[in-house]
Amino acid sequence: MAKFGRKGKGGLPQISTASLPDIVFMLLFFFMVSTVMRETTLKIEQHLPGATEVKKLERKSLVSYINIGKPKGATFQAMYGTEPRIQLNDAFAKVADIRDYVFAEREKMDENERPLMTVSLKVDDKTKMGIVVDVKQELRKASALKINYSTRKVDAIE
Amino acid sequence: MPKRPTGEFSAATMADIAFLLLIFFLVATTMDIDTGLSRQMPPYNPDQEESKDQIKERNVYVVLINSSDQILVEGIPMNVHKLRENAKEFIVNPTNKDNLPEKRPTEIDYFGEVMVSKGIISLQNDRGTSYGIYIKVQNELIAAYNEVRSEVAMQKFGRHFSDLPKDKQDAIKKYYPQIISEAEPKNIGGN
Repeated sequence: MAKFGRKGKGGLPQISTASLPDIVFMLLFFFMVSTVMRETTLKIEQHLPGATEVKKLERKSLVSYINIGKPKGATFQAMYGTEPRIQLNDAFAKVADIRDYVFAEREKMDENERPLMTVSLKVDDKTKMGIVVDVKQELRKASALKINYSTRKVDAIE
Repeated sequence: MPKRPTGEFSAATMADIAFLLLIFFLVATTMDIDTGLSRQMPPYNPDQEESKDQIKERNVYVVLINSSDQILVEGIPMNVHKLRENAKEFIVNPTNKDNLPEKRPTEIDYFGEVMVSKGIISLQNDRGTSYGIYIKVQNELIAAYNEVRSEVAMQKFGRHFSDLPKDKQDAIKKYYPQIISEAEPKNIGGN
């Protein structure tokens, strides 16, 4: 039985922590790769509609976002009312601002990638189509013709 | 003071640094990948009036949504859940009915000369239509196209549409061309 006897007297043997960094780094790389940085704070309520035929939006650098929805919370509602509003980057905007926004976003891209620019419309599902149609018309005027209606992936629509 | 042997350092602090970074990324991360329905809009041309008169009525599948989110398909009120099957019948026109779209012979890779439908889906909504129902209708129409395309992919190549190489996908896309035209919205229903 001496084989299983404890060697040395008293005290726990030290656990080697040398492999701990490896494990943590593994996790770190996973999160670094899968991460998407939050770019804007939403000032509007946004419950995206569900759809089954969704496609993933690839190449984040080619995508610009337009958010539409009711102003969120009492402070914003006091300032901007409860009607759906457009949010570009961090600020509320009017329909007329969209063209400038599209041109500014396009300016940021590489010249050869500009035709691939996609505008993602993130619209709350209770919004009326009137404002969405106005936005789409503006996008057509700005020749941003590739659009994407942002939706959640669901298995079946209600 | 004894000299430390070279080539050895304490790895314990490395874990601390890595933890720090890990926590930063954990907090900053949003896991959701953006998904959505991609559409291509026609270029803006204010002078050009839509010339509907050139297209025969049987070739157009008219979907109207009013401001109370009711759907009218080819003059008949319809539930959004029935739309997919109905649109599929319009796209395929399996028995060459008179009231469903005409077909014209077209040369397509892998298929040879086949009859391709001239059908167009026309979607029109009111300014008071809610975005939710609009997306549902869009989704069902795209789903109808995706279903007929995957059916023909299974028949012809024995594989799912998404697993096919690009040239075969393109051939199927020509076989069932997806034409969804959106008319300028009208303010008919009132708000």
